[in-house]
Amino acid sequence: MMRRDDDVIIGLVARTASPFIMIFALYVIFHGHYSPGGGFQGGTMLAAALILVRLAAGDDLAQLQFPRAWGTPLGSAGVLIYWGTGFVAMLCGGNFLDYAFLPLAGAAPHRRNLGILFIEVGVGLAVCGILTAIYDDLLEGRPRD
Amino acid sequence: MTWIWNNSPALPVVLLLPTAIAIPLFALIDRRLARALALAVSLTTAGLGVLNLAKVLAYGPVHYHLGGWPPPIGIEYVLDELSAFVLLVINTIAFLVLVHAKTPVERELPDAGKHVPYYAVAVLMLCGFNGIVVTGDFFNLYVWLEIASLSLYGLIAVGARKAPVAAFRYLILGTIGACFYLLGLGFLFTMTGTLNMADLKAILPAVAQEPAVAVGLGLIAAGMGLKMALFPLHGWLPDSYTYAPSASSALIAPLGTKVGAYVLVRVLFFIFGVGAATRAFPLTTLIGWLGAAGILYGSILAMAQRELKRMLAYSSIAQVGYIGLGIGLANPLGLIGAVLHVMNHAAMKALLFLVAGNFRTVLGHSDIGRFDGSVRRRMPWTTAAFAVGALSMIGIPPLAGFFSKWYLALGAVARGQWIFLAVVLVSSLLNAVYFFRVIERLYLAKSEAGENAPGTDAPPSMLVPVLVLAAALVGLGLFNAVIVNGVLERIVNAALF
Amino acid sequence: MTDVLLGHYGYWFVFVLMVLGFYGMVVKRNLVKKLIGMNIFQVAIIMFYLSSAVKWTATIPIADPALGTADTALYISPLQHCLMLTAIVVGVATSGVAYALLITIYKRYGTLHEDELLERMKNDLDLE
Repeated sequence: MMRRDDDVIIGLVARTASPFIMIFALYVIFHGHYSPGGGFQGGTMLAAALILVRLAAGDDLAQLQFPRAWGTPLGSAGVLIYWGTGFVAMLCGGNFLDYAFLPLAGAAPHRRNLGILFIEVGVGLAVCGILTAIYDDLLEGRPRD
Repeated sequence: MTWIWNNSPALPVVLLLPTAIAIPLFALIDRRLARALALAVSLTTAGLGVLNLAKVLAYGPVHYHLGGWPPPIGIEYVLDELSAFVLLVINTIAFLVLVHAKTPVERELPDAGKHVPYYAVAVLMLCGFNGIVVTGDFFNLYVWLEIASLSLYGLIAVGARKAPVAAFRYLILGTIGACFYLLGLGFLFTMTGTLNMADLKAILPAVAQEPAVAVGLGLIAAGMGLKMALFPLHGWLPDSYTYAPSASSALIAPLGTKVGAYVLVRVLFFIFGVGAATRAFPLTTLIGWLGAAGILYGSILAMAQRELKRMLAYSSIAQVGYIGLGIGLANPLGLIGAVLHVMNHAAMKALLFLVAGNFRTVLGHSDIGRFDGSVRRRMPWTTAAFAVGALSMIGIPPLAGFFSKWYLALGAVARGQWIFLAVVLVSSLLNAVYFFRVIERLYLAKSEAGENAPGTDAPPSMLVPVLVLAAALVGLGLFNAVIVNGVLERIVNAALF
Repeated sequence: MTDVLLGHYGYWFVFVLMVLGFYGMVVKRNLVKKLIGMNIFQVAIIMFYLSSAVKWTATIPIADPALGTADTALYISPLQHCLMLTAIVVGVATSGVAYALLITIYKRYGTLHEDELLERMKNDLDLE
């Protein structure tokens, strides 16, 4: 992305707004039970917060916020959280992804509630990591200014 | 141990998915762990395939409820004879090809940084194939189908210089096919209100008169026809199989089109039944005629090719035509022929593409025009295995390929479809033409190099899978009665005609 | 006739989108435009599913304390929305893979126009 001097306002607003977008994205992920939201939507907003800084303030400055190398590992970590929740449920006696068998305190509906929450966090991280990785990979070979 | 037994329907997918994610992470420790992990998980799923087939043959269909939710609320994995059979075929062939893949990957992917992601994407594709075969929910099938397809596009694109263009064309056409499937599923879901396969089968008689159901079935058949490269929806296949790296061709040629054929058989014979499927429109007859056209088209064009992989690609179009013909006959013998051909063609095409990989690695090319006797003297085992595979494709008893054509011919006679019978017989002659062309060059052509051919045959990691598959073709042929009576008869008894 | 046109205007909308997407995929010669046509086709199918979820005088499927949860006819069906979330993500992933392929094609052949690309590929003596 080419930088010009009159981008100061855009860069400053983007850098200031990005953390608040991330907070709202976390809210969307965790509040998916009670309002429109959930893992996919929150993850996309997280990715939007990161890509906003990349677009507005330049790639090199954005590396300080979220380095390029973190994208795919974050995506893999999200998928492994998802799979891990299901596999722990399998190890504890249920079928795959049967949250009632997770080793948590509380009644079965409460355990299922928490299980879905873990899944959604995994999905959110995965979507965020992969969308940012796609953006970074698409711009990898561009001419630098 | 009982844990493995109880969870065996889901275990192939549950093991393959994290391995695909974990391979890049483990490869940070040691690069060779990538291939080792891929081989380990592939061998495990092949073993699970045997376990699942034994379980289904002993106890009947197995239902596994994901998340503990009963269907039709939850997603379930269903193992019946057809799923277990196709699962075993896919996993065994995949293991043999992954064993072979070591040297071709190193030779044909010059960028060493791509080797580890290659194995990860290959395992992810296997995970997708396993999911397609095991699932009992239509939308879950769409998700696994797209996972497998996206991995396929990636595996093709790292090949020759023209590979990304072939992969892009396959991407556009493959996504159209998946979108047709999704749209057809949308019609069926709107009319019946359920996505579960067994539940849809139960509700279907109440709504079978509606035109929306017929259109939905037609769209699903069109989408799966595109995925299995049924003529005339085969346009993506020749370039993709030719320009892909040798290891990818050997992975996707035997398996990629078979899962599309599996879904088509499942929907036409086990969910709808032939009677309901052909009520509004003679769908199975159309598939049969398109299969016959594909057989002739593929065989004739294969004769005109100068390069081995492209010839095998057109041959694949013809072989998928056989499966389409078997589906189109819509009687028990035809269905046996089609499902048997799924297994036989997977083994035969895997063998032939592995042999092409051997030629490419050792000789540097696979142009038929440049084969001569020195190739046979240098690579006697590979050439012999190629001869076995070629004879099986032509349909010489007692090799495996003869028996699937035999059942297709019997099915055609039972229906009085003499044109289909003629197509099966004529195509064997056409197969003989283009395979004997290669065998003649290998065994009879004089070479300028003289008696002493320099160099040796392919390394053991490439020779052993080839020889195992060649022996398997002989074994599958000799023992085909066991397979037909033990497994395929039960599949056909469960189907609706 | 008016019933077919006006009564099913939702389906006509989906149909027009699908035709537009298909036109883009088939007729346009630029590879990026083909890809965008494919995206429009996928969105049309997503719209089709969502249109089948709506019920007369029903509200969004978030449990409203005033309406209660006993009568499901008061809420639109959320199942299609969940399915289409997955379909959207599949579409995004497909587009990501497609754009990566397009970048490789551009790096190798310098063009994204199909006719130009086929010309340059013909001159590319590849060993296949």
